[in-house]
Amino acid sequence: MFLPAIVMVLLVILWEAAVRLFAIPVYLVPAPSVIWTDSLAMGGTVASHTVATLRTVLIGFVVSIMISLPLAVALTSSPLVSNSIYPLLVLTQSIPKVALAPVLVVVFGATELPRIIVTLLVAFFPLVISIAVGLLAVPPDLLELGRSYKASRLQELYRIRLPYSVPFIFSGLKVAIALSVVGAVVAEFVNADRGLGYLIITSTAFFQVPVAFGALILLSVMGIVLFQAVVVVERVFFPWSPGQETTVV
Amino acid sequence: MIVLDDLSKVFTSRDGDAVVALRDISLTIDKNELVTIVGPSGCGKSTLLRLVAGLIRPTRGRIVLDGAEVAEPRPDTGIVFQSPTLLPWATVTDNVLFPLKMMHQLTLDSRQRAASLLELVGLRGFERKYPRELSGGMQQRTAICRALIHDPGILLMDEPFGALDALTREEMTLELLRIWTERPKTILFVTHSILEAVMLGDRVVVMSPRPGRIAEIIDVPLGRPRTFDVEGRREFQACAQRIRELIFGGRGQRAAAAD
Repeated sequence: MFLPAIVMVLLVILWEAAVRLFAIPVYLVPAPSVIWTDSLAMGGTVASHTVATLRTVLIGFVVSIMISLPLAVALTSSPLVSNSIYPLLVLTQSIPKVALAPVLVVVFGATELPRIIVTLLVAFFPLVISIAVGLLAVPPDLLELGRSYKASRLQELYRIRLPYSVPFIFSGLKVAIALSVVGAVVAEFVNADRGLGYLIITSTAFFQVPVAFGALILLSVMGIVLFQAVVVVERVFFPWSPGQETTVV
Repeated sequence: MIVLDDLSKVFTSRDGDAVVALRDISLTIDKNELVTIVGPSGCGKSTLLRLVAGLIRPTRGRIVLDGAEVAEPRPDTGIVFQSPTLLPWATVTDNVLFPLKMMHQLTLDSRQRAASLLELVGLRGFERKYPRELSGGMQQRTAICRALIHDPGILLMDEPFGALDALTREEMTLELLRIWTERPKTILFVTHSILEAVMLGDRVVVMSPRPGRIAEIIDVPLGRPRTFDVEGRREFQACAQRIRELIFGGRGQRAAAAD
């Protein structure tokens, strides 16, 4: 617990010292102290960009859950559905999202919508796959138990398959939340007037490199916090889920 | 009363071969009778139980339960599998209530009923525990409560104590006899333990493999209630000896001597 923190602090000190000692120009690698003061000077702006990105990430994440769950259920319900949907899913994944973003802007206009679409396109695929794997991993014994008490298909889904999949769903959610941040920033690079991705593009354009570094740090903090939030939700609401022991904190 | 009328079951294996799991099984089980089925692995005893449960259909013949043919799982049947198959996300009580939930029979006094069943098997105070917090024996007891929660007339048990250690196994055998005495039911009990079969059964159905058929049905001339003391009795030994002969053939003599 303390060791990583100590290493972290040492690295920051080393960074600061190296920049000062070798007089590295600020537009190449700014010192931590400069990143701090410059970002803080723009505090209000930086905060509003952070909120904008967080919003896109969260909406994209939630929508990808709402799409992935029914999609995974449909995929696992019958070979026919699986055979007809699965190639389409793979197709959506073979399109480079960065290339897709400008097209989406033309189609949907320069709003938040194309950003959310890019975010969920990046995030939903691993989620669908892990939910589908979970739904299919239910031991036949449990399904036979359900059948012997005349469980309907819906009951089988709600009472057996979905609860059994919870650890699988959460491993998918952990990947999805991390990818949501990536997706949101990629979308902001292409089309945005707000957001940390936009802030990085504009600040580097004006050689405000310390602010770009500040935005980078905020993005990684956001990624870590959101990931941990998913871990905490699993631990609090699904204490029986075996996933918690395997997560890397 | 359960009537198995000339049952046969043929499975088709993946490469298209027909495997005869059961052939010409005819058996009548009286109400509240405890019949044990014993036989080597591969004799189709689990298949027989699944047929009676209505989980699979026979290829030929039929199963008649109180005058009606069994075509699907029936609400008056309870099943205990070899593994407890408890839901890991549900508490002991919720696991016991599972059949009622599935069959939309949950009522206000269901919880009370679950509590009294759990007390019957000595699990009082464990109602809110999760399956992973229980020992193997306790998990199987929970599974037995689950099979009894809707007060079925028929209890089907597929090697329910097979995965337990020897001591827990003996304890559970006595427990089952006690429960059966307190709440009489028709019980069909599959096992691969000869002693367990004789100890529990009014009659022992001995099966032989490939294809699975009934080798002999043995009446157990022992009174009730039984304790493990009956193991020393001559009648008990005679039954066990006869089963060994049927299963092992000539080799049975030496196997019995070594037992």
